[in-house]
Amino acid sequence: MAEATILASGEAIAARRRFRVLRKLLHHRSFMAGFIIVAVMVIAALCAPLTGVDPNQMRVRLRFRPPSEVNWFGTDQFGRDLFTRTLYGAQLSLWIGLAVAVLSGVVGAAIGVLSAQFRRLDSLLMRIMDALMAAPAILLAIGLGAALGPQTHSVIIALAVAYIPRTARIVRASALVTRELEFIEAARVSGASSMRIMFKHLLPNASGPLLVQSTFVFAFAILAEAALSFIGIGPPPPAPSWGNIIAEGRQFAVQSWWIMLFPGFAISLAALGMNLLGDGLRDVLDPRLKVES
Amino acid sequence: MFRGIMMRLSQAVPVLLIFSVMVFMLMHLLPGDPALAIAGPDASPEAVQKIREQLGLDRPLIVQLLEWFSHLAVGNFGESLTLKQSVISAVGERLPVTLSLSFVSLVVTLPIGIGLGVVAAYWRNSWIDAWVMVLALLGVSLPGFWVGILSVLYFSVQLGWFPPSGYVPLTEGGVGPWLASLIQPAVVLALFQIGFLARITRSAMLDVLDQDFIRTARAKGVDEWTTISKHAFRNTLIPVVTVLGITLSLLVGGSVVIEQVFALPGIGRLIVQGILNRDYPLVQGTMLLFGFAFVVINILVDIIYTIVDPRVRYG
Amino acid sequence: MAVPLLEVDDLTVRFRTDAGWMTAVDRVSLAVGEGEALGIVGESGSGKSVTALSILRLHAAATTRMPTGKIHYGGKDLLTLPTREMRQIRGGEIAMIFQDPMSSLNPVLTIADQIGESLRLHQGVDQATARKRAIELLDLVRIPDAARRVDEYPHRLSGGMRQRVMIAIAIACRPKLLIADEPTTALDVTIQAQILDLLRDLQRELGMSVILITHDMGVIAEFARRVMVMYAGRVVETAPVGQMFRRPVHPYTEGLLTAIPKLDVDVRRLPTIAGSIPDPTAVIPGCRYSPRCPQVQESCRRDSPALLPAGPEREARCPPRVAAMAKETVA
Ligand SMILES: Nc1ncnc2c1ncn2[C@@H]1O[C@H](COP(=O)(O)OP(=O)(O)OP(=O)(O)O)[C@@H](O)[C@H]1O
Ligand code: SF4
Ligand SMILES: [Mg+2]
Repeated sequence: MAEATILASGEAIAARRRFRVLRKLLHHRSFMAGFIIVAVMVIAALCAPLTGVDPNQMRVRLRFRPPSEVNWFGTDQFGRDLFTRTLYGAQLSLWIGLAVAVLSGVVGAAIGVLSAQFRRLDSLLMRIMDALMAAPAILLAIGLGAALGPQTHSVIIALAVAYIPRTARIVRASALVTRELEFIEAARVSGASSMRIMFKHLLPNASGPLLVQSTFVFAFAILAEAALSFIGIGPPPPAPSWGNIIAEGRQFAVQSWWIMLFPGFAISLAALGMNLLGDGLRDVLDPRLKVES
Repeated sequence: MFRGIMMRLSQAVPVLLIFSVMVFMLMHLLPGDPALAIAGPDASPEAVQKIREQLGLDRPLIVQLLEWFSHLAVGNFGESLTLKQSVISAVGERLPVTLSLSFVSLVVTLPIGIGLGVVAAYWRNSWIDAWVMVLALLGVSLPGFWVGILSVLYFSVQLGWFPPSGYVPLTEGGVGPWLASLIQPAVVLALFQIGFLARITRSAMLDVLDQDFIRTARAKGVDEWTTISKHAFRNTLIPVVTVLGITLSLLVGGSVVIEQVFALPGIGRLIVQGILNRDYPLVQGTMLLFGFAFVVINILVDIIYTIVDPRVRYG
Repeated sequence: MAVPLLEVDDLTVRFRTDAGWMTAVDRVSLAVGEGEALGIVGESGSGKSVTALSILRLHAAATTRMPTGKIHYGGKDLLTLPTREMRQIRGGEIAMIFQDPMSSLNPVLTIADQIGESLRLHQGVDQATARKRAIELLDLVRIPDAARRVDEYPHRLSGGMRQRVMIAIAIACRPKLLIADEPTTALDVTIQAQILDLLRDLQRELGMSVILITHDMGVIAEFARRVMVMYAGRVVETAPVGQMFRRPVHPYTEGLLTAIPKLDVDVRRLPTIAGSIPDPTAVIPGCRYSPRCPQVQESCRRDSPALLPAGPEREARCPPRVAAMAKETVA
């Protein structure tokens, strides 16, 4: 009963705080800039079918067309319309970025909370995380991606695994702090189950840093996916992934610069948008890392 | 100090063990028969069987694992299937390239990244700060391989300032050609790290500038330059050093990709070729060496940390 | 008092906040004579620290404009002094110690370096001499085993020790004025007494003037000759200490005095007076104390009261009470 009252008032406070956070975000310049960029890209990606062009349709007569009113971004060595391919590439990249962010966020949060709650698991889980961090993330992803085979979902798994350790460490650090708070101590003494403590207290308190980290992972994942595709360990051609288009267009870059130019802009814009979002979220949600707007 | 290092080393042992097992499993437990993949689709069953035996794939997994460990224990990281040489020697041949690239890139990164962060923090909320932060943001948002290609198109093809690709060893042409072959990829590679470090340094410096001891320094009559360079800077380095390991990791990871763009015969290229040729022992061994290297690097970073922060010196 | 060592005239400091410009210090004037100890008291947020920092121009530059008013020192106005000359004053002629000794020392520099820096800067002594003088100074502030302590880093010292080091830094160049902003607030009661004793002895030995800022009326009674009471950015009363304790004029001072706790109790915060200090951005017409004043009158809420003379060396910002006092004296 006492706990219920505390929780009820806690929820009211939480609701008010959420409202305040929202208002701060709406006034945060880099958050709004990032939000607009990402929103435009998402809409563009969703509108890809509206061009009415098949992204993989080859038209030999229309090869190497520079940007024009018909083919806004020009055409590639097979006469495929690059504007359409870039839009479909947005679908692919954003989907991979989102999937990696969510997957590494969920698994990383689970590992972080578990190791904070169960001290016995902690050293084992953290050594595993250390081991995953031993090699550079992109290298780990290359190795994993290669082993899993050239498919979209192997890229997702590979990148998620590569980014899990940092997320886990961040969540664990936050959960360790929360654990020491008095009301958690009280909850534990009054017999709250581990499950309850983890889900009701540790996880919600880590949600700010977790969201911030996942946003940055989204940005990293977009860049890394493009790099993997470029190396040849991404979604296999003819998938219109941005990295693929650049890799394919590279050998023609001297004459047909446009092939690799626009997908590169798209990658940069997507990563920029997510980084701006992350900066905004961090300023507002993670006061320890306060950086003036 | 010595005890601290020994403790870090003893913690590193289980990490390395786990990492080795992970690398081993990566190549053995995943779907697909490496022997079949190596032999190619047209190979006869006998040929496949022979490769399988050659790799020891016909024996129980645990035996293979133990054997792999016993080889590692004596420094045997395996034999490459395609290069007809040991992994160690293959890596040894290419290591100078990657080390040179990383070194030049780091030399570019550290002063610029940290300097920009300090400048931005000192003039916080000014136009200088705004521009530096925009540049840093671009640094961490632009894909390095794409910038690399554009850079080659402009600086090598158009202007002819730098060779578009290839590596000239230090022993062959001396410092000039060596640096000329590396400076472009190194700068491209540095962009991300510069952005990353500038952002970290700025927020660290902002924290430090708000501290009471900065006010104490000013109250003593210390001038602005000394306040920043002596009182604020060393404190700013403390959080910056903690991300040094990550910076190096990003750097080496980035060089794997950049080596593809500039056709530099380094370890990154070795590993990617290994993957494309399904040379699993090569990939496995190289990954493992990377892991070992970074465990050592992280210990070094810890040592630097104790030098920068006197509070952990005695701990 | 002949020509005072330091004279502050109409000092006003404003900060930019989310809610617009806020006046943290509002036309504050004060004077400190040679060798004199002035106490400043007032609740949290009354503008004591901002006043003190502004004297050395150490206020947060990012969110303020240059303070207005005049700060006369040695025939110069510190507010318009070129930065170079200001730096020579800081630490050389006017020194300052702060509330929190735990964070006021640089964690990555040795004690020797932090004390010696002042000496090297203002007296041009070399490294070795600076270190030797640092040891002497540590002895002077009664740190045992000074020769060993001098090479340590601050984290090895307790809070009380660190505040002694801060004092050593402050007195290193024999300043004419020491501004101590709540030097004991962050310390344990027993340590508080030791630090105050030390400050008093040093003041006497070195003949410094001291401005001591505190929450603690007890400290004022022991330490200061004159006292200035601040409320919401304004001076509300100045008086010789004895007179103020015997006969406070301003109702706020009276409130502070009646709320004095027992002597041996740990005093970190001023004992409470009913009500709370006003939101610094709020506009209160008339007397700023009127919402809390037990003796408030109709006129108080209308006219902004001036600081009125209330006897020799006394001033108070409360027309009704000053008038009542004057009547008594006549009668
Ligand atoms: N840098 C700043 N920016 C904005 N407002 C400030 C700044 N420094 C001080 N203030 C405001 O000025 C007012 C006076 O602050 P000051 O620190 O002088 O109070 P104080 O009397 O020293 O209080 P305390 O006893 O807590 O030290 C406060 O309302 C404070 O919030
Ligand atoms: S002026 Fe009026 S309200 Fe203000 S202190 Fe005096 S009596 Fe109180
Ligand atoms: Mg104060």
